[in-house]
Amino acid sequence: MKKRYKSTILSCLIWGSGQFFFCKQRLKGLLFFAMQAVLVSIELNTGYWINYFAGQIANFKIRLYGGFFTRGIWGLITLGEVPGAKGDHSARLMIGGLIALLVLFIFLAVYVGNILDAYKCGKAMENALATANTKQSRSKQIKKKYPYMILFPVAVLLLFITAMPILFSVLVAFTNYDSNHIPPNTLLDWIGFQNFARVFNSPIWTKTFFLVLRWTIVWTICATFTSYFAGLLQALILHSPHVKHKALFRSIYILPWAIPGMISLMVFKNVLNEQFGPLNQFLLDIGLISTRIPFLTDSVLAKISILAVNLWISWPMFFVMLTGVLSNQDPTLYEAARIDGAGKSQVLLKIKLPLLMHATAPLIVMNLSFNFTAFGTIYFLTGGQPTEPSYQFAAGSTDILISWIYKLTIQQRMYSMASVMSILLFIFIAAVSYWNFKRTTSFKEV
Amino acid sequence: MKKKLEWFFIHLELIVVALLVLVPIAWIIISSFNRGNSLASSTFVPEYLTVDNYIRLFRETNYGLWFFNTLQVAVVNTIVSVFIIMITAWIMSRFQFKGKKASLMFMLLISMFPSFLSMTAIYILFFTFGLMNKPLALVFIYSAGAVPYNVWLVKGYLDGISSEIDEAAYIDGCSYFQSFLKITLPLSKPIITYCAVSQFMVPWMDYILPNILLTGDRNKTLAVGLFSMISGKENSNFTMFAAGAVLIAVPITILFILFQKFLVQGIAAGANKG
Repeated sequence: MKKRYKSTILSCLIWGSGQFFFCKQRLKGLLFFAMQAVLVSIELNTGYWINYFAGQIANFKIRLYGGFFTRGIWGLITLGEVPGAKGDHSARLMIGGLIALLVLFIFLAVYVGNILDAYKCGKAMENALATANTKQSRSKQIKKKYPYMILFPVAVLLLFITAMPILFSVLVAFTNYDSNHIPPNTLLDWIGFQNFARVFNSPIWTKTFFLVLRWTIVWTICATFTSYFAGLLQALILHSPHVKHKALFRSIYILPWAIPGMISLMVFKNVLNEQFGPLNQFLLDIGLISTRIPFLTDSVLAKISILAVNLWISWPMFFVMLTGVLSNQDPTLYEAARIDGAGKSQVLLKIKLPLLMHATAPLIVMNLSFNFTAFGTIYFLTGGQPTEPSYQFAAGSTDILISWIYKLTIQQRMYSMASVMSILLFIFIAAVSYWNFKRTTSFKEV
Repeated sequence: MKKKLEWFFIHLELIVVALLVLVPIAWIIISSFNRGNSLASSTFVPEYLTVDNYIRLFRETNYGLWFFNTLQVAVVNTIVSVFIIMITAWIMSRFQFKGKKASLMFMLLISMFPSFLSMTAIYILFFTFGLMNKPLALVFIYSAGAVPYNVWLVKGYLDGISSEIDEAAYIDGCSYFQSFLKITLPLSKPIITYCAVSQFMVPWMDYILPNILLTGDRNKTLAVGLFSMISGKENSNFTMFAAGAVLIAVPITILFILFQKFLVQGIAAGANKG
């Protein structure tokens, strides 16, 4: 039999043995073997397999005697078997199972790498190329391995802190995790697509969902474009040659952007307070109104107030970016147009604006996706209030999807439905981002 | 005449907008020096000014602790995040390896998922590993959350720097990591500044995660502590809140204005990268 097959088969059974015995790569072989040893010892140390094989356990159950991996996978599949029993906490079993799967996944990658490597080095031995283990080929090998060595810890961090929780919340959407099923007293069950079906089939869910979605979309579009055009207008006005103290105005206008947004939102929540807020008091004092205006407690006014506050906070960003674009523009372009007989307004509408829009289009898209999930703006100003009878499940008339999801989780403990909403929201964002991203060049350069 | 009128209206508009910007800011600053506790009692033209609210802020609440907690998280988060971002982006930009495209796409995908949607899992994870009530543990989430988007951003920046210098350094006997430290990092100061400043600001602004992960009053971050002062119905702590808000907004605003140039560049680059 050829060396490459021998080496491969041996490495399939005992990791690194092909490299060790056939390829004279002792250290590498030992490292692969150490990985296998770690994998097996984790399972053996956390479980009772040895006792089982010694015949000490008559009635073997993975639930009680399984190791880290087998018990993890058992937990993920069954979500626990005995309600209220210690260790049968469904949500934790799910997380434990996911972690076990991810760790297994990493080991699997090492295993596959081990087999491929065994094949390769066996082949190299046949061709007697391994003797040419010169300095150059070694440095080349380092260059190949280097990225993996550095990225490994980063990948672990991302997998466990970012990807694992996302996977968990996706999985929760397929369970009955809600206020009636709270582990550890009750077990969770897999219920397939029932939750998704509820959003579209059950009238109260459907109605609330589409009401919230409608305002989310209206909010996203209005919030972005009001800020954009306010910034544009102000940039154009400040850019006019009549203005002398440009720097002064500029440094005033930038303030709302520089102040932490959260602080501004909390302040405006008080400014707009119906009973005690200074704005109502001021309007009363100058005699403009006779009764106090419910800025944040009337469902229509609240929406307008939110948009107005958002305008105050976010127009300076567009203002600064557009000022930058304006001052970088080539003035000869406009002169040429003027010589050709274009009026002032024609230059503005036909040349200046389209150029500006083109330069800042990506910024608009970015802001759209930001506003789509602008939790803070809603939460700090109104908390989604006021409530209305047509809205169910704690949703208020100013709630956008993300703030509603927060309420479903924290107040209503409808974890599974919150997950369904999260997935729908994610699909929305992902679609828009993907479309936006595909147009850009950085995608093609990867 | 027409010119003068135009001049007048332009300046009128500019001044009105400036007032709209300044009045709320002035109001909150004045409120913080107001006597009395409540929102209703804080007037625009107070008869007395006092620093009582600032003193009470430190005597009666854990403001000092909150500030220290947040500062601690901010500093550690900045260092950890910037290091991870830079080294990952450097690898992604300078090396060719199998699975590179897949990992970049993977990062892009998870960067689209708002991190707080997975709060239930993070809660359980923190609970299981005993990380609840430890402000510094937030760094795990912040840094892991910052990696995907910023790696894309920095990778784009590094792609724009010629790699010939690196090659020359390798020939001169420089190791990979040395070239990263001595060549790549100094050349990417603007983008490092952007990442550092934006990561430094995250803990001051974030509310949700600290709100569910840090329960004791002494462990809170500033955002959570401040909001707790005004989330009650009576707004009885309003002037104290105002003092707290001013005290935090001033340094952050100054920081922002100092690094404005880098932030603008970073945002422009981010928008163009998607």
